[in-house]
Amino acid sequence: MLADKDRIFTNLYGYQPWNLAAAQARGDWDNTKALLERGQDAIIQEMKDSGLRGRGGAGFPTGMKWSFMPKESKDGRPSFLVINADESEPGSCKDREILRHDPHKLIEGALVAGFAMRARAAYIYIRGEYIREAEVLFAAVQEAYDAGLIGKNACGSGYDYDVFVHRGAGAYICGEETAMLESLEGKKGQPRLKPPFPAGAGLYGCPTTVNNVESIAVAPTILRRGAAWFAGFGAKGNSGTKLFQISGHVDKPCVVEEAMSIPFRELIEKHCGGIRGGWDNLLCVIPGGSSVPLVPAAQIVDAPMDFDGLKAVGSGLGTAAVIVMDKSTDVVESIARLSHFYMHESCGQCTPCREGTGWMYRIMERLRSGEADVGEIDMLQQVTKQVEGHTICALGDAAAWPIQGLIRHFRPELERRIAENVREAAE
Amino acid sequence: MPIVTVDGIEIEVPQGATVLQACELAGKEIPRFCYHERLSIAGNCRMCLVEVKPGPPKPQASCALPAADKQEIRTDSEMVRIAREGVMEFLLINHPLDCPICDQGGECDLQDQSVAYGRGKTRYHEHKRAVTEKYMGPLIKTAMTRCIHCTRCVRFSEEIAGVDEIGALYRGENMQITTYLERAAKHELSANVIDLCPVGALTSRPYAFEARPWELKKTLGIDVSDAVGANIRIDSRGREVLRVLPRVNDDVNEEWLSDKGRYQVEGLTKRRLDKPFIRRDGKLVAASWDEAFAAIASINPGASVAAIAGDLVDCETMFAAKALVSALGSSLLEGRQTGLAYDCSNLAAVNFNSGLAGIETADAILIVGSHVRWEAPLVNVRLRKAVKRGAKVFIVGPAWDTTFAAESLGEDVALLGDLPVHVGEAMSKAERPAVIIGGAGLAKGALASALTLAGTWNLVREGWNGFNVLHMAASRMGGLMLGYAQAGGIADLAAAKPKLVISLGADEVDYAKFADSTIVYIGHHGDKGAHAADIILPGAAYTEKAGTYVNTEGRVQFSERAVFAPGDAREDWTILRALADALKVHVGFDSLAELRSAMITAVPALGVEGLADYGALPGGAGGSGSGVIAGYPIADFYLTNPIARASVTMQRCSAELLHGEDFAEAAE
Repeated sequence: MLADKDRIFTNLYGYQPWNLAAAQARGDWDNTKALLERGQDAIIQEMKDSGLRGRGGAGFPTGMKWSFMPKESKDGRPSFLVINADESEPGSCKDREILRHDPHKLIEGALVAGFAMRARAAYIYIRGEYIREAEVLFAAVQEAYDAGLIGKNACGSGYDYDVFVHRGAGAYICGEETAMLESLEGKKGQPRLKPPFPAGAGLYGCPTTVNNVESIAVAPTILRRGAAWFAGFGAKGNSGTKLFQISGHVDKPCVVEEAMSIPFRELIEKHCGGIRGGWDNLLCVIPGGSSVPLVPAAQIVDAPMDFDGLKAVGSGLGTAAVIVMDKSTDVVESIARLSHFYMHESCGQCTPCREGTGWMYRIMERLRSGEADVGEIDMLQQVTKQVEGHTICALGDAAAWPIQGLIRHFRPELERRIAENVREAAE
Repeated sequence: MPIVTVDGIEIEVPQGATVLQACELAGKEIPRFCYHERLSIAGNCRMCLVEVKPGPPKPQASCALPAADKQEIRTDSEMVRIAREGVMEFLLINHPLDCPICDQGGECDLQDQSVAYGRGKTRYHEHKRAVTEKYMGPLIKTAMTRCIHCTRCVRFSEEIAGVDEIGALYRGENMQITTYLERAAKHELSANVIDLCPVGALTSRPYAFEARPWELKKTLGIDVSDAVGANIRIDSRGREVLRVLPRVNDDVNEEWLSDKGRYQVEGLTKRRLDKPFIRRDGKLVAASWDEAFAAIASINPGASVAAIAGDLVDCETMFAAKALVSALGSSLLEGRQTGLAYDCSNLAAVNFNSGLAGIETADAILIVGSHVRWEAPLVNVRLRKAVKRGAKVFIVGPAWDTTFAAESLGEDVALLGDLPVHVGEAMSKAERPAVIIGGAGLAKGALASALTLAGTWNLVREGWNGFNVLHMAASRMGGLMLGYAQAGGIADLAAAKPKLVISLGADEVDYAKFADSTIVYIGHHGDKGAHAADIILPGAAYTEKAGTYVNTEGRVQFSERAVFAPGDAREDWTILRALADALKVHVGFDSLAELRSAMITAVPALGVEGLADYGALPGGAGGSGSGVIAGYPIADFYLTNPIARASVTMQRCSAELLHGEDFAEAAE
């Protein structure tokens, strides 16, 4: 279990105020100038050494991402940092805790990260439904401006740096990095084609890095305490601490900071008071937010909660939004509900996702009630394969994977419902 | 230049080419819906998926992927086939499959490609999506349930037309393509989205349910609705022209056509002159050809004869009339009906020298008295391209709704002698400066001032000629080449008081000035010219005769006959040939071939398809224009010629798009 002294987010639960004075008392903004004085390359190297992988879901090494940004502008274009606070993944609620209880961690991280990648400004794109969180964030940014921590000559470092907060309008797809850039530019939030990648041509055509809130917020602490400290947690290649968000059928659902690679059983026992009705009552777990396939109880209990460990059981860490389902759950309905979510949130730009998400949902609905043909299970599997990997962005994959997970692990349940329905109809 | 391998064929492709272009160079056909050569890349239909190594282990959209050296591209692998079949299935599940009642049937990309990639039988047993109808105006018929969301129409209106008329609403499977607030699309090129639409979502409203493409005879023609000379394909069945579509010609119209060029053909069956008429006691009375010719012979005009060419006539007609007038001993020929009298001694000074394709490379453009958007919508598209590349545009004349950034300098032509400093600087520093003079500018004598400026700014330089006159009549350059220009313009003709005036479809002339003359109108529509005529000889419209046209850049183009003229109407040259017999003179040709060879002997350039050479631009001979340009010659874009005025569709466009509900007066 992670010791209290090793926690990065010391005000995760809002026991203390979020404001600047309280944040400084917790150690934020402590001689940030000195951090900046280490120089851009040193900061990026430290981040690389820390082994931090992006906390938004894909797990791309953060330091390496920063290093893709141009070292100097050859044509006068500025660089930008865009911080993805459009946390909309069903199950995810970690960024929300940072935004409302520890916003200065994020703002300080924005300065440090932006400085390291030679950005002119940071844009924080916050989910539209996060109304109170946005209010806190606006106020916190203003506090930081007033204290001279950002803006002209940020922290007395001689570096000019602005932080803008932009509120979304409620579209899940705007959490996709290029759709977020479109939305920031005032256009319809639809993902862009890649290449060009944002590091080459992103926001307003300028080099841009898009990072998750948590990735940015942990950066100052990593720099203060050292890469080795951070890398000391978790398995090789999955280092650091991580905010886990456990929801569903546990005794005490919570958001908690833990070391990476903690076994699932330990995570639940230590922080959530165990599975509702005991471990034998566990049906399955969606370990990384709605976009990753579910994992049945037997495979998850001893799996390490990290990128590689969950990949090994056919799923992924995603945002570490752990959705626990016990045996009272109608797992087919759960996945059908997720399918509805993806149908509703598909942007409609490219064909497989636009047409496929609706089709998948409608078959799922019929599988839920059993009003389907057994052959349609295979057909549904084929449809998910026709969507997966054929779309512009990853939403198509995200819509396909939960269903694939369901068919992989709960095919007998699907067949049982169909058989039961046939029997009822016959009677 | 990168070398790639496509299905085992090694091929070198140009720098910056996409994988799709590389595949095409290798002779592999790539199915596509959203990709279009002249629009930005959307990459949203996902039909053009190919397998590319190195790369991720999933198929890639070839339209959006740059071709890189040593790429191995496969278009025929199992992965590619499965991917494309999957996309095709998705496109079809919510497509109504109402091909039997769809106008796109037979020329539908979705239909064609589903033959190659479609399943024989549907697996989709849910309800299909239906989309409410959208109103897009009098030209575009919508059936949005058929839409496959390729966004070609959206991109056309944003990128080519330069107006934000069409866009997408909602998201996911509820996404809908519509016009802003469901208002009619008003742009002059709006109907091109019908050609762009790969399915039957946007079809032609006037052509709805008229014919199937395989029933149509396709004839290559030239558009006469303006002086651009857009290349068209005339689709006809029996004796009727059913529609006109643009042909691809990058030098002239790319692959667009103005709405007027596309829909005026509907007027070819209305208000037609299909028999000769003679005015008796102030009324036009139907007559036979013999009676009409006898009536003309009885005038016995001698050398007191003049010919006025209308805006739509071909060179052959004008040459035949010229031969007749010369045989009678006269040289009174004029085509500038509204009284323009600019100097035509050197045709290089009245030509669009930059070329239609060339103007888009200009980097500073001064427009004098031209409402380009109405006078030549296809040139406006080129200007927009130039501005997108960074050109500065200045306009002298009343403001009009440009689709690009332009600075309005004022309305007085005298400004040309006293331009603001920054304009002079921009023009003289430009690498490819250009001046465009329109009809309104010519009327105020801007030609002389502009020629002086041409010298000042050095408009003619190595590989570039930036001096341009933008005409509005399809017959103008051909007429000028054939000598249809008097020093004093049409006033010279009026002053000569000819006994006989031969009007070749001239409908914009003030015939009150020819009150003492007998007016013989050879034309195809009962319009203003016919009303003023004493004798009417029914002729052929542009689709009903083979003809030579010269566009505003001096490009000689040939048009073929699609259908026969209605009733007793004849091809114009045969009428003039018969008239020569009636007047007992000899014109020296008995067939169209003989006429053409005589014409080519007289004006060799008319025999060669392509740009005519008018020689060097003359220097500024002094003199300058002055006067405020009060308005542009075209008052109503949709009703500029007798064919368009007879078209119900054009009348409706004019009433609805330009005048609200009120019907418009015909254009001048």
